[in-house]
Amino acid sequence: MSAELAGALQPGFRNFLLGVAAVVTLSAALAVAGRFVPPRPAAAFRTANRYVLLTVLALIVLFPIYITVLNSVLQPNEIIRRPPTLAIWPWEADWSGYSQAWDQGDVSSYLLNSAVVTVLIVSGQLVTSILAAYAFAFLEFPLKRTIFVVFLATMMVPFEVVFFTNLQTVATMGDWPVVGDHVGLDTYGALAIPFLATGFGAFLVRQSFLSLPRDLRDAAALDGYGHFRFLTRVAVPLSRPAIASLALFSFFSAWNQYLWPLVVSDDKRTVQVGLRQLRGVALDQINVTFAGTVLAALPLFVLLLAFQKQLVRGLTAGAVKG
Amino acid sequence: MARVVFQHVTKRFGTVVAVDDLTLEVEDREFLVLLGPSGCGKSTALRMVAGLEEPTEGEIVIGDHVVNDVDPKDRDIAMVFQSYALYPHMTVAGNIEFPLRSRRVPAAQRKELVDAAASALGLEGLLDRKPSQLSGGQRQRVALARAIVRRPQVFLMDEPLSNLDAKLRVQTRAELIELQRRLETTVVYVTHDQVEAMTMGHRIAILRDGVLQQVGAPQDVYARPANLFVAGFIGNPPMNTIAGKVVGDDGGLAVGLPGARVPLPDGIVAAVRNAGVEEVVIGVRPEHLRLDAGGIVPATVTVVESLGHERHVACRLDDGTLVIVRQPSDQAAPSVAGTVHLATDAQHLHVFDAASGDRVGAP
Ligand SMILES: Nc1ncnc2c1ncn2[C@@H]1O[C@H](COP(=O)(O)OP(=O)(O)OP(=O)(O)O)[C@@H](O)[C@H]1O
Ligand SMILES: [Mg+2]
Repeated sequence: MSAELAGALQPGFRNFLLGVAAVVTLSAALAVAGRFVPPRPAAAFRTANRYVLLTVLALIVLFPIYITVLNSVLQPNEIIRRPPTLAIWPWEADWSGYSQAWDQGDVSSYLLNSAVVTVLIVSGQLVTSILAAYAFAFLEFPLKRTIFVVFLATMMVPFEVVFFTNLQTVATMGDWPVVGDHVGLDTYGALAIPFLATGFGAFLVRQSFLSLPRDLRDAAALDGYGHFRFLTRVAVPLSRPAIASLALFSFFSAWNQYLWPLVVSDDKRTVQVGLRQLRGVALDQINVTFAGTVLAALPLFVLLLAFQKQLVRGLTAGAVKG
Repeated sequence: MARVVFQHVTKRFGTVVAVDDLTLEVEDREFLVLLGPSGCGKSTALRMVAGLEEPTEGEIVIGDHVVNDVDPKDRDIAMVFQSYALYPHMTVAGNIEFPLRSRRVPAAQRKELVDAAASALGLEGLLDRKPSQLSGGQRQRVALARAIVRRPQVFLMDEPLSNLDAKLRVQTRAELIELQRRLETTVVYVTHDQVEAMTMGHRIAILRDGVLQQVGAPQDVYARPANLFVAGFIGNPPMNTIAGKVVGDDGGLAVGLPGARVPLPDGIVAAVRNAGVEEVVIGVRPEHLRLDAGGIVPATVTVVESLGHERHVACRLDDGTLVIVRQPSDQAAPSVAGTVHLATDAQHLHVFDAASGDRVGAP
């Protein structure tokens, strides 16, 4: 690392990097040492190592979040002070950035927009995925396999590829009679419609439906339940884990969207786009930007903490069932 | 309370013929057992009655109506699955109640019916549990309770006991018989276990490769199997079968067996003559064979199995055919590798046409 580069880095960040380097070196040394000690201690060494490494990785991931939260409660002049304040936490936190972001910065309405769009997308994805999954899992119809493969194939197409087509579609939809005002550019409809169905969702829920014993469907048919009531009373309750995972994934991706809302929204800005607007505010209010960022991320944190298990299970769901 | 009729019912899955031209009438309040080896089409036949499979050809009648085009839920039947098919996310009470809910039975009446069904099967204390918190036997009873709760005309049961251990199976067998008598319902019961069939059925229908082999009361099927397949399938140990040739025997007929010549009883002679068969297979149940110094068929003892109350003596005839003799324990056991002579009474001989396997003589 050249001295020039090191000097260019913020001193705080440099210290952090040095810390990381130290821990990595230490754990590498431990790993090497582990090879030269007798078997049983070696296992203990390896475990210790694993924890050290994981801790380091966690620190690397958490560091930017920490800096964001920290900066959101510092005065602007403290944020830009060089060298930075070395305290882990400023004991005289300044929370005014939050109220400014909420009111003047309009983060409250951005959050509302994001919430509306996210709810539309999540519920839309759940409904379409569950219905499609049911058809693929329980019904017989011509070309079933082919259609399913086409569904899966949509997962391979990046959104950017169909970006302009979608944009054009949404723009045209604005001229539709009756619903035009709700689906044209700069409406909640426009923000949500391209994301209301996903091949991934149909796949995930189908896997779960397929794992239900066939006898359950037959028993329900004899007990007087048609397809729809079997779906709502039996199949969905029994597939709650998969459906919850889908809801979470879809929530995260909907909430974090940037490119699409940036282009199609103007008044109805979502929070990720709104944050950009916050950055436009004078540099002497940089703490407001940080506060807005924290506010935007807060719902995700809450969900993450509440549903950790579901998320991990969802990540591995496809792997187990194949 | 209704009869169930198969009229020339055939079911094909692609090229597989699962049920082949089945014609069978199950009478009202009858306990009929469909018996056969794995893959013979028992489940398929049952599922066609339930409406879960559609017959490729033929008609299914329940009561007085052809039900081919009637939805499963409108056929007024209930089915107990081998896997029990309980809804894992519902309590026992919820499971039993489920068929009533779909039929919009009022809540108060629902509760009454659930309680009645639960107490009929001794499930009172378990109503709030989930299926995963029950033993296999308890689950099986919940499945039965769910089936009886709406008093269907016909019960269909697909190997409902096969997931229970041997002891529980015997006990549940008796309970099922009692239940059927109490409810006075028609039952079609599928099993591959001939002991279940013999003990439970008013009549047994034996299937093989989708083809009905014989229908009759257990004792009749046992005493007069219609062909070699039934003879070998019913009874444990199975009927002994020995290949032989029909020969003339001063006015009567006899069968030349390995090492001996056995005269045929008069009752069968005419039938054998009419049929004009030469190559036959003689069948004798193990309990109808005796080890008797005066016997006419010589054999060598290979294995002696003692079951406590009786003995199974395996012997080889001169041509290598294996024959089992059931012998009461109080008789002297033969020594292994020793030579014995087998005897039987003429009325216990079964004669089958070697070519077709069909029984010759009185059916
Ligand atoms: N859905 C299906 N698709 C194709 N073939 C089937 C289907 N269901 C059954 N079969 C075939 O039909 C034949 C009869 O099957 P069935 O399940 O009725 O047998 P079973 O007598 O109940 O056997 P088991 O005692 O093993 O349950 C078998 O050869 C089976 O492979
Ligand atoms: Mg079966």
